[in-house]
Amino acid sequence: MLHDYAYVAAFLLVGVIFVSVAFFAGWLLRPKRPNPVKLDTYECGEPAFGPAWVQYNVKYYIYALVFVVFDVETVFLYPWAVAYRQLGLYAFVEMMIFIGILVVGLAYAWRKGFLRWV
Amino acid sequence: MIQRLPDVTCRVPGGGVFLNTVEKFLNWSRESSLWYLTFGLACCAIEMMATAASRWDMDRLGMFYRGTPRQCDLMLVTGTVTHKMAPAVKRLYEQMAEPRYVVAVGSCATAGGPYHYNSYSVVQGVDQIIPVDVYIPGCPPRPEALLEGCMKLREKIKKQHLKEWASDTRMPEEPKA
Repeated sequence: MLHDYAYVAAFLLVGVIFVSVAFFAGWLLRPKRPNPVKLDTYECGEPAFGPAWVQYNVKYYIYALVFVVFDVETVFLYPWAVAYRQLGLYAFVEMMIFIGILVVGLAYAWRKGFLRWV
Repeated sequence: MIQRLPDVTCRVPGGGVFLNTVEKFLNWSRESSLWYLTFGLACCAIEMMATAASRWDMDRLGMFYRGTPRQCDLMLVTGTVTHKMAPAVKRLYEQMAEPRYVVAVGSCATAGGPYHYNSYSVVQGVDQIIPVDVYIPGCPPRPEALLEGCMKLREKIKKQHLKEWASDTRMPEEPKA
């Protein structure tokens, strides 16, 4: 049991060594000439303004949740569609139940008016 | 750290040989992993995309596009640099990792191209705002031309010395915040 943890320790050690060697090599090899523009936040070449900690509209949260419905659906639908012929009727029924549950969730969101941008 | 190496080795007998070897190794590693910034300004960018894609396959030169200037050595200025875009281009160049290189792709980036005469909006060549290493003619240049330009840049990197790229003083003026 304890012997198995030796692998974890070895991986940990190699990881620490790898990262520190990379950082050391970077420090050794890079020319260091900082200036205000270089140290500035990268904003696609535009000067950054304002703080990053701003409040977003809470409605985005609902949209993100509803998006997850479709997102998860896609993740499960693709492998199912690829292996559809081997899986047969059972998988088809099961997937329909799965989609049905998600449709109920979507219908609920729709009924509650979350899909409308007020 | 590496900036001080030439000064140290010139005082040690036989240090030049060591410096030369280090330079060769560094140049080799730099030229074989030119990562360029993902951005395009005009139609030359379409050719750049074609060059990066499977038919011409810029990957085989060790060139990949990166989404942030912090990870880039190379800036391919693909297209017309307008006066409105010029500050952004310059800022991106400033934010790139050093040593950094610029390739002016196509006539517009080289000298203004078709907008050379009587233009109120186009910078007459990107070398007016940032230093350029290689110019590639064409409107737009074929992917083969772009590849050759990149290979020319590799030859240039192969010949560079530590002192040059460790003290890059080619910027036209001091950057303002």
